[in-house]
Amino acid sequence: MEFFLISMLNSISYGLLLFMLSSGLTIIFSMMGVLNFAHASFYMLGAYFAYQISGWIGFWPALAIAPLLVGAVGMAVERYGLRTVHKFGHVAELLFTFGLAYLIDEAVHLIWGRSSVPYAVPPSLDGAAFTLFSTEYPIYRVFMMAVSISMLIGIYLTLTRSRIGLVIQAALTHPQTVETLGHNVPRVFMLVFGGGSALAGLAGVIGGNAFITEPGMAAAVGPIVFVVVVVGGMGSLVGAFLASLLIGVIQTFSVALDYSFVNLFAKLGITIGPNTPLAALWDLTISQTAPVLPYLLMVLMLIFRPKGILGTREG
Amino acid sequence: MKMTFNRVLLAGVIASALVAPSVLAAETLKIAYIDPLSGAFANVGEAGLKHFEFVAADINKRKLAGDVKFEIVPFDNKVSPQESLNVLKKVEDQGIRYITQGNSSGVAGVLIDAVNKYNERNPGKSILYLNYAAVDPDFTNSKCSFWHFRFDANSDMKMEALTDFIAKDPKIKKVYLINQNYSFGQAVSRAAKEYLKRKRPDIQVVGDDLHPIGQVKDFAPYVAKIKASGADIVITGNWGNDISLLIKAAKDAGLNAPFYTYYGGGIGALSSMGDAADGKVKQITEWHANIRPNKTEKYANAFDAKYGGPPANISFYYLRVNNEMYMLAKAIKEAKSTDPKAVAHKLEGMKYEADTGEVEMRATDHQLIQPLYISTAAKAYHNPKDPKTAKFKGTDPEVKYDQDDSGYGFKTDARIEAYVTVQPTSCHMKRP
Repeated sequence: MEFFLISMLNSISYGLLLFMLSSGLTIIFSMMGVLNFAHASFYMLGAYFAYQISGWIGFWPALAIAPLLVGAVGMAVERYGLRTVHKFGHVAELLFTFGLAYLIDEAVHLIWGRSSVPYAVPPSLDGAAFTLFSTEYPIYRVFMMAVSISMLIGIYLTLTRSRIGLVIQAALTHPQTVETLGHNVPRVFMLVFGGGSALAGLAGVIGGNAFITEPGMAAAVGPIVFVVVVVGGMGSLVGAFLASLLIGVIQTFSVALDYSFVNLFAKLGITIGPNTPLAALWDLTISQTAPVLPYLLMVLMLIFRPKGILGTREG
Repeated sequence: MKMTFNRVLLAGVIASALVAPSVLAAETLKIAYIDPLSGAFANVGEAGLKHFEFVAADINKRKLAGDVKFEIVPFDNKVSPQESLNVLKKVEDQGIRYITQGNSSGVAGVLIDAVNKYNERNPGKSILYLNYAAVDPDFTNSKCSFWHFRFDANSDMKMEALTDFIAKDPKIKKVYLINQNYSFGQAVSRAAKEYLKRKRPDIQVVGDDLHPIGQVKDFAPYVAKIKASGADIVITGNWGNDISLLIKAAKDAGLNAPFYTYYGGGIGALSSMGDAADGKVKQITEWHANIRPNKTEKYANAFDAKYGGPPANISFYYLRVNNEMYMLAKAIKEAKSTDPKAVAHKLEGMKYEADTGEVEMRATDHQLIQPLYISTAAKAYHNPKDPKTAKFKGTDPEVKYDQDDSGYGFKTDARIEAYVTVQPTSCHMKRP
């Protein structure tokens, strides 16, 4: 029971972090049609900015300032890079963001070095929030979940209830009409890209000290973010939310399952020894494959339901 | 964007200027350093490179290899076996006769095979492979080679010492194993089970996890499993981020079991674990900054003065790099030649007075026999009289130095004499 409850909490908090990471990507994709390969790099920038700023003026100001800075970087990228590339089509945009990821990586290497930086959880969030049976549950994880959920609500309200949200939605389907009505559509796109980057930055501020702030962190989360977006359905915010939770649950619970084909065959009365053909494969337990299961999920999803859980486009 | 680009360009120019050979001596011996200099493990590879460059400069200054000057030529293999083979081709083409590598036994195994084949086909141009950190026991047993020398204790030797230490503690009843799923991690898991069964049959192995290397972001599920198993201690061979993330997750869940590690004090590990490591993380190494007596203190301080500050923040860590290079210099001097074959014959069976005591390159399998230390992470000592320790918070003067500017260092639990670490070998070496 203790194990189940703790694992459930772990999977939800991991899922919510994944959502924080991927929401920006899915927004940018659904609004602008740009698949931003540099998204994880903005996540990394968020962590490094927060590390630098929290060293000067503390964690709480950094929590607000770092995502804004990342958003500003994102807007600059859109204004001076992406907008120019846009007229050459999607492939050019894709390649542009791909190259951008490398540039950000190298810039981080040059400024902060190749080793990890000591970006720690602030003392006020360090420690246990509550004790479940005998396991402590850290305050920081609770904080992470709270930020993620308020982020979901915030984005949802902004897009559906606010004036700017309505303009953004209209600009998607009818850019000419919106422009004729006197709205600056390129500026709207710039805001969307900056906003998406800022969300990645916020995830970085929070993920950076929960895990490790180091130059490899972008590469480490890059692939999983795409899995979330594909499984959730390209461009669907709620889909991304569900996919994140699903992946969190799959990954967390499969770690606990020490079953392999050897156990299965043993139940059927067949013994598998080290000399059986493909012995290494039969011996692989579910827990050993846990970290690659999300990718398996993505492949299956692409085969059987290419539009994802809540996606609207086919394939 | 433009500014970033210029910076990259500028750095490139500076880097190439630094790499360019600065000394034109009678003979310059090039040593190819093959390790990750980009990607997820770049920090580890970069730190190793700095260790080699620093000791090479020391050897050149003190003329330890006579008139021969050492020059380290870095090659990036991205910890990929395939990439390493491409690098080896380049090394062959450039006529470099010495290579050194350490990160990942996966890479080391491929390099040993490739060097063997190359040397067989090119008898006059043989290449010598000096291994400073890949610890799969096979390399000095079934796969042993005349052209390979290992300067780190292999994983079985370390496990022997760790399990001796564990066996002495009657309070330990349940042990949990968690390792990376590749040759080295599997070797650690196998040796731990085998040795514990021999030394303390009453100890129960309550978990044996293998996870993909460098793929796990959130170790909380593994920690929940460890907690549920009721383990008294955890043994792990994890390195890089896999160890830091594991320890951080353990602290978050309030897991009290100590971790017996191989690389708990590896490059950057203490700075990312911080408080979570204090008193919990034990490591087995050939050296750490707070051993007593510490003959390497002056050297380590000079190294730290150069690389200890930002942005590198690297403390001296690899004493075995020094042992490797000093022994190579000595062998070259004795052989009066830089020919790999002649040098290899001198290295075989060489006894050398290292900073931690006498070490010996065992002739039968080319495994260095050296003393080892088991130590525990602790807060570095805050000395009111020394302003340099202002940010330290510890009260134990034995923990004089911290590592990687983290505020945490190590305190010795036990020293294991060289002869205790000796293990039998199944090596039947073919000599040219």
